[in-house]
Amino acid sequence: MENKLGRVLPETLMEKLNLKPFETTVIGHPIVQRTAPKVRVSNGDDKVTNDLKKIVQDNVKDGMTISFHHHFRNGDFVFNQVMKIIMDLGIKNLTLAPSSLTGAMNDVAIEAIKNGTVTNITTSGMRGSLGEEVSHGILKDSVIFRSHGGRARAIEEGDIKIDVAFLGVPNADRCGNANGMYGEEAFGSLGYALMDANYADKVVLLTDNLVDYPNTPAPINQTMVDYVVEVDKVGDPDKIGSGATRFTTDPKNLKIANLVSDVITNSSYFKEGFSFQTGSGGAALAVTRYLRKAMIEQNIHASFGLGGITKPMVDLLEEGLINKLMDVQDFDKAAAQSMKDNKNQQEISASWYADPDNKGAMVDQLDVAILSALEIDTDFNVNVLTGADGMIRGAVGGHQDAGTAKLTIICAPLVRGRIPSVVKSVGTAVTPGDSIDVLVTERGIAVNPNRPELIDQLKNVPGIDLCTIDELAEKAEKIVGKEEPLKFDDNTVGIVEYRDGTVIDTIKQVKD
Amino acid sequence: MEIKKTAMDGTLESSDIQITVSKGTNGVNIDLTSDVKERFGDDIIATIKKVASDFQLDNVNIKAVDQGALDCVIKARAITAIQRALGNSEEPAWEAL
Repeated sequence: MENKLGRVLPETLMEKLNLKPFETTVIGHPIVQRTAPKVRVSNGDDKVTNDLKKIVQDNVKDGMTISFHHHFRNGDFVFNQVMKIIMDLGIKNLTLAPSSLTGAMNDVAIEAIKNGTVTNITTSGMRGSLGEEVSHGILKDSVIFRSHGGRARAIEEGDIKIDVAFLGVPNADRCGNANGMYGEEAFGSLGYALMDANYADKVVLLTDNLVDYPNTPAPINQTMVDYVVEVDKVGDPDKIGSGATRFTTDPKNLKIANLVSDVITNSSYFKEGFSFQTGSGGAALAVTRYLRKAMIEQNIHASFGLGGITKPMVDLLEEGLINKLMDVQDFDKAAAQSMKDNKNQQEISASWYADPDNKGAMVDQLDVAILSALEIDTDFNVNVLTGADGMIRGAVGGHQDAGTAKLTIICAPLVRGRIPSVVKSVGTAVTPGDSIDVLVTERGIAVNPNRPELIDQLKNVPGIDLCTIDELAEKAEKIVGKEEPLKFDDNTVGIVEYRDGTVIDTIKQVKD
Repeated sequence: MEIKKTAMDGTLESSDIQITVSKGTNGVNIDLTSDVKERFGDDIIATIKKVASDFQLDNVNIKAVDQGALDCVIKARAITAIQRALGNSEEPAWEAL
């Protein structure tokens, strides 16, 4: 079976899981049915406990689906605490459905897979040792990779049915009113966790900071929460996000960032009230600085900045160059801190941010998205999930979702070391080429041929060296040589869903 | 030509390759460590072998720790390491270059 991108999909597995191949980026107006959680009725008293083990024992059973959020990033203590108790209790065959898996969770996740505690995973991504183990086939069933918007959709429509959500928060009151803004481990927006809080049958908050009732603001509120468990520590504040985001000094990244800014400012989308989203990579962050200069010079203001928020975007908000930041997660401490200080930095859920199947997500209103890529191919398909060695080492994140912006720009160096970024065919297709409008490298800029008006807007701009993406792929190959194809086993270790739930690609087990 | 001593060139920085050349008894042996071995391993070994043959080395052990170096870098590091091992790095080996 092949999908529209020509990716060969394993027929038996697709049938077994009742999955459909990817067809189109157009969502249209289907009527969908949402699910609702079961509610164990309570008057709100007796939710507080410090006996996490009893809560796990009473609520987690063999075969259930449990979830976590990844807002603590590499400083997360919640996942490991809960999983260790689950393993001690001998609970088996769980499906793990976190918003994503960070490096801090790798060792325990691997242990839980190896001893049969976890037998299925759906996530945005995984890195490091966990990515390598999964790529080598330690799970019997394939991991399902979903974008942040795709996960929100899957939860709302019941493709992911969470039995118990364990959500760490830096503050909560005795009834479960909580936010991500205050407390020692404040991380800002609770965007991804709001899905779990709204749709899980049981919601268990873990906190080390029990505050007076009623606690506000309360993006997670007492109507959603079953238990509030007091623990010693929910996270390491120093590892939640980098302190201040470092401005890249790499000349290659700066050149790319400058070119991206030139592409934006010379496009028809750069006008009063435009909106944009940037990724958190070095070049993407630097774009915001160059864009700032152009916005001041031409007296242009952005109506909103979207997605994962970083300090450079907060600076623009505070300068009055952006009217609103619509914040689903915070990549650094400065962005996390500023949420409580800036009333125009609005917390949004993953559904509001990017769900394709709702009554309008913010990505649908987005003008410009600046995204990175591990690889992009001559059909503009992008890989952000698997490395040049075929190993899982990334995340879908919001890539497919933000990719639906009116002007989606991929920025990437032509080669990284000996690894080419522009290739004939990506290892894993994550975001379809139909979504991608421009590729900016330090060696040239390629516009998707299905956007002729963009080519017209950019072709006579001094400093913008337009070429075809095939030319860029050839340039890359000339520098690094011809790659030998990777060898894979037949076993499917990962299924990559497009945001609408169709299958855009699969990941095969790497051969030793 | 005869390897006189063990010699090395290159660093472990990204995009570099560290090549160590020492005496061998059993032909040209190349021990390659590289993150891009699956994709470019054969190319890297062929490049080093070519340099070794330009210097007419019949018996040599070469250890290469690659960090994603391009061909031109691999060649330069190999030439320097071999010349140091031969003890003639003061005299450019024009035929090999």
